[in-house]
Amino acid sequence: MSTTETTAPPGRADAGVPAVAVAGLDKTFTTSDGLTQALEGIDLAVAAGEFVSLIGPSGCGKSTLLRIIADLERPTSGEVRVFGTSAPQARLDQAYGIAFQQAGLLGWRTVAANVELPLELHGVGRSERRTRSAELLDLVGLSEFAARFPDQLSGGMQQRVAIARALAERPRLLLMDEPFGALDEMTRERMQTELARISAETGAAVVFVTHSISEAAFLSDRVVVMSPRPGRVTTTVTTGLGPVGQRTDALREDPRFFEAVTAIREALHAGSAGGSGEAT
Amino acid sequence: MSEHTTATAVAERTADPAAALTTPPHERTGRTRRVLMGVLGVFAVGVAWEAYKFIGPDDGVVVAGVRILPRTTDIAMPHLWDMAVRLTEPVTRAEGADLLWVATAKAAAFSLGVAALSWVIGVSVGLALALLMQRLRTAESAVLPWVVLSQTVPLIALAPLVRNWGSRLSVGPISWENWMSVAVIASYLAFFPVAVGALRGLKSPDAIHADLLRSYAASWWQTLIRLRLPASVPYLLPALRLAAANAVIGTVVAEVSIGLRGGIGRMILEFAQSAAGDPPKSWAPIFGAIVLGLLAAGAVALLGLALRRYRRGEEPA
Repeated sequence: MSTTETTAPPGRADAGVPAVAVAGLDKTFTTSDGLTQALEGIDLAVAAGEFVSLIGPSGCGKSTLLRIIADLERPTSGEVRVFGTSAPQARLDQAYGIAFQQAGLLGWRTVAANVELPLELHGVGRSERRTRSAELLDLVGLSEFAARFPDQLSGGMQQRVAIARALAERPRLLLMDEPFGALDEMTRERMQTELARISAETGAAVVFVTHSISEAAFLSDRVVVMSPRPGRVTTTVTTGLGPVGQRTDALREDPRFFEAVTAIREALHAGSAGGSGEAT
Repeated sequence: MSEHTTATAVAERTADPAAALTTPPHERTGRTRRVLMGVLGVFAVGVAWEAYKFIGPDDGVVVAGVRILPRTTDIAMPHLWDMAVRLTEPVTRAEGADLLWVATAKAAAFSLGVAALSWVIGVSVGLALALLMQRLRTAESAVLPWVVLSQTVPLIALAPLVRNWGSRLSVGPISWENWMSVAVIASYLAFFPVAVGALRGLKSPDAIHADLLRSYAASWWQTLIRLRLPASVPYLLPALRLAAANAVIGTVVAEVSIGLRGGIGRMILEFAQSAAGDPPKSWAPIFGAIVLGLLAAGAVALLGLALRRYRRGEEPA
C-alpha cells in the first residue's frame, strides 16, 4: 500500500538529487499505420525547486514526456528517475502532484473533498485532511468555496481546485499538462501569477507543458524547446528573469520579458524550420 | 468551450452563497404542476372509460369481422364505482372471508416480497457480472453475448425447468419452495438491465480521472469505490428502475406459470374465472398489480433521491 507521508522528508531535497533526470528516452507508439516515433533521444534534468517548461508545436511529444515522468505511460527505452528513484516507484511514493488541462474534479464531491481525495486514498485521518484542505484552499484563494460543488465554480476556479489537489501530498515535484489551456486570456494571466507565487511558496520543482510562449517565458527558469516527428529537444532557453516567486504582472511589460519571449520564439522557429509553427 | 462558459455563468449566478442552496421558486411550481398533471391523467383515463361505456355499442365496434373496440356490457366493462364498491365487500360469501381490498393487499404484499427478493438477486448478479466485465476485457467479450442472448429465452419456457431443478435441491432441512422458483425466474428478467447499465456506468469515468487515480497509486478497489461506482449512479438508476419493473412483471407471470398460490398473479387467474358472475371482482387484482408496480417504482425513486449527490450533472427527469 502507498505511504501516508504528508510532509516531505527533511534533508533529501538539498542532497543534490535532481527532481527529474531523463536520459536517452525513446517512445514509439504502435498505430494503425505502423510505428510512430513519438520521442527520440530525450535528455532532461530538472533540479529540485526549478521551474521548467516544455514547449513545442502539437505532436512534439511534450505531453507524452510528462506522462512518462508521471508513470502514466512507459518509455520504450531510456531511463527516467524522479528524486533518484524509478518513475513507477516515485508514483507509488507520491513524489509528484499532477494537474491536467481539464480540472478533472469529481462532480459528486465538494471542493474540499476533491482536494482531500489523494489524502483520503492514502489513509490520512479526517481532521488532518480538513486542516490540510483548508490550508490549500486558502493558498489558492478559494476558502469560502470549500462546501461548494465543482459545477458551481467557473473554469478558472475549478483549475485552482485542481492545483490545490495536486499540492495535497506536499509533493516536491509538480507535473502540469497545459493546466491553463482551456482558460480565457485574463484568467490565464491571473493563474500564471498565482502559480508563480505558489511554486515559490511550496518550493516544489515544476515541469510545465504549454504551447504558449509568453506563459513559458513568464513562469520558467528554463524553457525546453521541442520539435515534432520525432519529438526531440532542440534547445533550452534560460529566461534569466529572476526568482519565479518574485515575478508579478509588472514583469509582463518588462523589456527583459520580451527578450525571453523573443529567444523562445526564435528557438521554436529554428527547431521547426519550415514546420507548421502551430505554437502561439 | 460552451462547458466553460456555462460554468462561469453558474458561478456568477450563485455569487451569493445562500442563493445556491435554496430551491428556486419556479422549480417548486414545476413540481406542483407535474403532480397535478399526473392526477389529471389518471382522472382522464377514468372519464374515457365511462364515456366510452356510455356511448359505445353493447357489442363493441366491429370492422370487417375484427372487433377493434371492446364490448361495453357490465361484464366486459364494469362501472368504475362498481369496482370501487366491490373492493369494500368480502371476497366470497363464506363465513369470515376477507374484504376484497384486504385480500388483494395481502396478495400484493406477498408478490411484492417475492419481487423484492428477485430484484435483490437480479441486481447483485447484474452488478457482479458488470464488475467482472469491467475488470477483464476478455470476460466482456465472453460474457456479454450470453447476457444478451439470455433475454431471448421466453419466461414461460424457463418456468418448468427452474421448478424441476429446484425440486431436486434441498439443503439439510431447507427444501426448495415454489416461491423460490418464482424469485429466481423474476430475477432472470431483472439482472439484464443492471448488467448492461452498470457496465456502461463503470466505464463512464473520463480518461483523466482514471489517470488521476493511477497517479495516486490507488488500487483497483479504491478506484471502484471512489470513482467508478459513484460515476455509474446516473447509469445505474434507470437500470434499477427497469429491474424493478421487470421483477414485478416477472413475479406475476412466474406465479401463473409455476402455479404459486398467495400472490397477485394467481389471483388474477382465479378471479378471471369468476368474471361472468362477478365482473368487478376480477379488476381488484389488476389494481393490485398496478399498485405493486407503483410501489416498486417509488422505492427506486427514493433510492435515487438518496443518491442525488451523484446525479448532479443529470438533467431533471
